[in-house]
Amino acid sequence: MRVALFVTCLADLMRPNVAFAALKLLKLAGCTVEVPETQTCCGQPAYNSGDRATALTLARKVIDEFEGYEYVVLPSGSCAGMIRAHYEELCKDDPALLARAKKLAACTYELTDFLVNVAKLESVPGDFAGSITYHDSCSGLRELGIKQQPRQLLGKMGQVEIKEMSEAETCCGFGGTFSLKFGDISTKLADNKCENACATGADAIVGGDLGCLLNIEGRLRRKGDRKTQVLHVAEVLAGKLD
Amino acid sequence: MEIHSNDFKARAREALANPNLQKALKLVQVKFVPGRAAAAAEFGDFETLRDAGRDIRNRALENLDLWLERFEQEATRRGAQVHWARDAAEANAIIVGIAQANGVKKVVKSKSMVSEECGLNDALEAAGVTPVETDLGEYILQINDHEPPSHIVAPVIHKTRDEVSDLFHAKHGKPRTEDIGALCREAREILRPHFLSADMGISGANFLVAETGSTVIVTNEGNGRLCTTVPRIHVALTGIEKVVPTLEDLSVLLRLLPRSATGQPITNYVSMNTGVAGSGDSDGPEQFHIVLLDNGRSRVLGSELKEMLRCIRCGACMNHCPVYQAVGGHAYGWVYPGPMGSVLTPSYAGMEHAHELPHTATGCGQCSAVCPVRIPLPELMRKEREMQVEAGLRPWQERLSLKLWGWSASQSWLYGIGTAIAARFLKRLGGADQLIHRLPLGGGWTDGRDFPAPAGKTFRELYRARKNLH
Repeated sequence: MRVALFVTCLADLMRPNVAFAALKLLKLAGCTVEVPETQTCCGQPAYNSGDRATALTLARKVIDEFEGYEYVVLPSGSCAGMIRAHYEELCKDDPALLARAKKLAACTYELTDFLVNVAKLESVPGDFAGSITYHDSCSGLRELGIKQQPRQLLGKMGQVEIKEMSEAETCCGFGGTFSLKFGDISTKLADNKCENACATGADAIVGGDLGCLLNIEGRLRRKGDRKTQVLHVAEVLAGKLD
Repeated sequence: MEIHSNDFKARAREALANPNLQKALKLVQVKFVPGRAAAAAEFGDFETLRDAGRDIRNRALENLDLWLERFEQEATRRGAQVHWARDAAEANAIIVGIAQANGVKKVVKSKSMVSEECGLNDALEAAGVTPVETDLGEYILQINDHEPPSHIVAPVIHKTRDEVSDLFHAKHGKPRTEDIGALCREAREILRPHFLSADMGISGANFLVAETGSTVIVTNEGNGRLCTTVPRIHVALTGIEKVVPTLEDLSVLLRLLPRSATGQPITNYVSMNTGVAGSGDSDGPEQFHIVLLDNGRSRVLGSELKEMLRCIRCGACMNHCPVYQAVGGHAYGWVYPGPMGSVLTPSYAGMEHAHELPHTATGCGQCSAVCPVRIPLPELMRKEREMQVEAGLRPWQERLSLKLWGWSASQSWLYGIGTAIAARFLKRLGGADQLIHRLPLGGGWTDGRDFPAPAGKTFRELYRARKNLH
């Protein structure tokens, strides 16, 4: 399988290990992975803010960079969702671009969904030992149906115990620019998420979207919790990176 | 109703700091959310029902003018009088006119959000007509100096029991009680004589059935039935989008509405009002006036937001919205709160009066996941954001940062340099514990949260370095 990895702007800037972990997992699954060099952003912040022109410029670039691969995989439900669920609407006024966008959307996958349903990865090299609780990020869950896939993969790790939190599917309050525009509401929602997560007593909060994870970790640390780890599912599954 | 939607931020801040409100709002999560889930599960194939609901509402909207004319024809044939109101002022004038032509001194009202939209009570009072709210929640608000409702189905969801006890004690002059049965009895004793002595009853309509010219309301309290059958005149005021073609269509929507709203398979009362009392009837009004209000609805019908008109006013969206759950309905500043309010308020009251509302959402999608008629609420809010950008209504700082982001993300080499610099800068800012306590320009984040510091080098540069090694 010839796969292009779209690392996402947050992984690139904040957590390169998430991208390296995704790379490791895809290779283990037998994929030939390329990382298109000029990639930057899927355009979602502009799209969600109503700036169609900017979003379209970035979408064109993404389509140019990523078409022609068998699969495009992203370690993010919201970015994969942007391409898979929204590029069609964004490109609707340009028939030629629309056709290409649809083709790209059809072969674009969130990482855990790809590993379970396409690559059918049998085992994962992660060595995390302890309890984890999983936060279901909104876009991944509601746009792409990501729910069982990460749990299935984590379930292959013999020393991981999954403890489900109450309100796992409730928004953590990140919402992209919402986290800055309505910071106090965003903080309250993050606080609710942290309370629910910590009530499980889990050693780590795990999720598939860096925006959510930065938000949750940020609130946790401000509350004084330095103990609970906050990890991307790719990092947990991939284990040690060289 | 007066609009304060542009005060959302300030009101939300107050709401977050209000312990009584926070306590009251828990009820939404504890009662309405599991209620709907249980009702949907118990029904069985709720998803097919939602598809049917969406299709029925679309069918009505596709030929709205024809269905409305049919409705008028059937209603008139059975003795009702149908009036058409372009806007709130016209609706108020029509209703005040009916009251004055018939010597009406007192009106009993069943809950009507459209009447709030029009400010009907103020218009009646100005004309010397006394409106009495008979829905228990609306009654509570009325005696509390005309406080506005905060939810379209449960208007006083924002009040705790002891707040109501205090209010009744102050206004009724009876000994203070917290017993719910006793509180209800107090209200009932006050309202009963009003039902019996009112000259006119005003209701809304959950649906208008074109086939029979009927208005339909669903209530749990029975006040709707009293308002619409006891006084000699019944006026039903509602939006033009409420029409459905047939009784069969109505039955599907009646399965959807209570389950989605409160988790009930059916409300205590489902009332269909058709025509006027005939010579053989022992009750019923002599006159039945139906006022059909536009007030922006036909404009929405012709716009990209037209799917919003499918709304059957169940309140599920706001019940499930994490933002509504956190701040309640008053923050939204007008008649309709939560996700549906964020779409409707700019449409009916003007974007300039509610420019914040389309942004008061995280985009989580829980609203559209539960909407009984599958309105794509987050998509509609996003479209309103687009409209704002096109109309130049966004702050210049926001426009500029998006343009800068877009431009730099298009120049890959420049982006690489910029992000490498940012990664180092932010890592330095994070200090020893790798946490940024104050983000420059990011007070919205760091007022309440730390911002975890980045790794310090971008993936792009690390990957390139790794490739160069091999």
